[in-house]
Amino acid sequence: MKYINATIDGMPVSVLEGTTIMEAADKIGAHVPRLCYHPFLSTEGACRICVVEVEGMRNYLPACATAITEGMNIKTNSPQIRQTRRDLVELLLDNHPKSCLTCDRDGNCELQNLAYKLGVRERLFEGDRKRHPIEDSSVSLIRDAEKCILCRRCVRVCSEIQGVHNLSQLYRGFDTVVAPAFEAPMDDSVCIKCGQCINVCPTAAFIEQDATELVWAALDNPDLHVVVQTAPAIRAAIGEGWNLPPGTPSTGKMITALRRLGFDGVFDTDFAADLTIMEESHEFIERVKKGEKLPLITSCSPGWIKFLEHFYPEFIPNASSCKSPMQMESTLLKTYYAEKMGIDPEKIFVVAVMPCVAKKYEARRPEHYLKENVPHTDAVLTTRELIWMIKAYGIDFLNLPDGEFDNPLGFSTGAGVIFGSTGGVMEAALRTAYEMITGEPVKELEFTDVRAVEGLREATIKVGDLDVNVAVANGLNNAKTILEKVKSGEKQFHLIEIMACPGGCVAGGGQPLVYAGDYVYPLYPELIRKRQGALYTIDERKEIRKSHDNPYIKEIYKEFLGKPGSEKAHHLLHTHYEAKLPRGIK
Amino acid sequence: MEQTTYTLDQDIQDFISNCMTLEHPESYLIAVLHKVQGRYGYLSEKHMDEVAHLLQVPTSTVFGVATFYHFFRLKPAGKFKISICLGTACFVKGADLVLDAFKTELGCSLGDTTSDGMFSLEGTRCLGVCALAPVVTINEQVFGNVKPTQVSEILNKMKEAKVEA
Repeated sequence: MKYINATIDGMPVSVLEGTTIMEAADKIGAHVPRLCYHPFLSTEGACRICVVEVEGMRNYLPACATAITEGMNIKTNSPQIRQTRRDLVELLLDNHPKSCLTCDRDGNCELQNLAYKLGVRERLFEGDRKRHPIEDSSVSLIRDAEKCILCRRCVRVCSEIQGVHNLSQLYRGFDTVVAPAFEAPMDDSVCIKCGQCINVCPTAAFIEQDATELVWAALDNPDLHVVVQTAPAIRAAIGEGWNLPPGTPSTGKMITALRRLGFDGVFDTDFAADLTIMEESHEFIERVKKGEKLPLITSCSPGWIKFLEHFYPEFIPNASSCKSPMQMESTLLKTYYAEKMGIDPEKIFVVAVMPCVAKKYEARRPEHYLKENVPHTDAVLTTRELIWMIKAYGIDFLNLPDGEFDNPLGFSTGAGVIFGSTGGVMEAALRTAYEMITGEPVKELEFTDVRAVEGLREATIKVGDLDVNVAVANGLNNAKTILEKVKSGEKQFHLIEIMACPGGCVAGGGQPLVYAGDYVYPLYPELIRKRQGALYTIDERKEIRKSHDNPYIKEIYKEFLGKPGSEKAHHLLHTHYEAKLPRGIK
Repeated sequence: MEQTTYTLDQDIQDFISNCMTLEHPESYLIAVLHKVQGRYGYLSEKHMDEVAHLLQVPTSTVFGVATFYHFFRLKPAGKFKISICLGTACFVKGADLVLDAFKTELGCSLGDTTSDGMFSLEGTRCLGVCALAPVVTINEQVFGNVKPTQVSEILNKMKEAKVEA
């Protein structure tokens, strides 16, 4: 590796060959303004906000896309450069709706923030503005092309991280628009609804479908018994809504806030995560015994399941037939809980708080209805929506006393909690499967081999006499790598965990957006690690850390379900998948 | 389980299969689209989807390329292909006004085809008969010194000619 010497703003720098001007400037504390840049996606160089002056060059150069060369003399600031950047932002604003005050991203928009920082105080370039209808065919998200600034972050995340390639820039010049092939509605496209486009969008060109109206109305309806369940990843991130550092566990305050909002019961999706482990471990052991339909692939992530149906239908038999924890919990709330409480299931309104927008889609899949017009899950809120509801209600979140989940569907083990992180389902399953197979207590509870932030990990776990080959993938491009390995027969796996979002649910498409003013981006590994850390800490502090030791799990099997894999369990807790069109291109 | 049956002519499918054996098969996308348009006159969604699957290029990319280049048509050309010369001489002599008149009369935009499939509207480069500027060609027929006020008359003639034929 060769070192290159250059000067930035009069300061000498020595950087590795290939370092960009932006990276080098960041190191010496010269933060060049930027917009289309994203550290975990490919370099785009589309917005030109990050232009700098290089001695001897006729034009300004984009700092994000220019590698430093020997002896370069770079200036990141001058009145002319600042004016140029301001002009560029003004031109973007001129082609942008003037609806900041009523926009979903008001106060947390990178464009708005940049305009403020660069001193845009008036609009000097009044001209034509692009016009596009709002596209809201998807139950998960809304595409508002008028707010799009063509930075292509969504296009990049959709192809480079998720391997879905649903979005592309279509047409040219003033007419350019980001949309699926044939400008099809999102619902008729290969969109897997993961919502990562929402996470990386600097404005509000992508945003979730609002469910808060529905939930407010239910809470206000005296005829309904309104209950809520929260996914593991919520407690690790909800505090960010009140500027708590990422990874501050806020379970207790979250529960109290939900009660104050008026929910009649506050339950934990983690309970159903424990149940998922019981059913999935049983399924796994059955398949190993029969030696069929291996590898077993987890099915908790609805984005991954949609990807499976569009891109890899040949692997449908391998996917676990277990419903996701959210759907298991909702099903039990409308059957077991309804029976126990003596409430008509049609009068129970189930709200699920999820770190995910694909869950909004999953809840409306026809497989997940109690009967016509009665879905198991009535409404899905993202973490962002819940934060907003709590604020709208005037609840002082930071000063709330801790609350406790309701039982029996609110008690969970440490295994259920770690579902929210990549590798968590695998680890939880191994804790239980190990004991089910060997009949002995597991010696080392923490399967650190499957804990990973990076997108892909393979490991071999010794379970009695059996060498279990496992793989954990997050980000669907990584899933592709593993599935292609399975297809080619390069490696025999027994168990594969796939989560659609990078880092798992903690970095899902419904999680709090990183504050646009900080130099932190969604997908930032440190942020993901902190949120995962919260879940592993909660797990560590739990007395019971194995799903099969959950007393309420034992009770529900005894009272209601029979045993794992029973006919009743199959009827209530399992589902099926089908190949979907349009077929995706691998 | 693959895509449903392919409707592209066999030789085009063979051409794509051959591309797949070469380095960077995706770089042949434009060549393939040229072939498809050359054969069928335009790029249908079905054909673009088939190209995507055969060439293993995301459908969104295929459509992105097809809509970026003006040469590619996304609708079949009309029975009467109206080409308005937008070269310098014609433009100076008011081709833009003639174009506007056609747009208004037909209710369609440049590069588009009327909903009845009768007329399509295109701009062309200099046709080399600047003395007749502004020039309009409809299929093989050439119209010179066209004034915006003559447009509806020309269109009526075409419609009548069609009835006679």
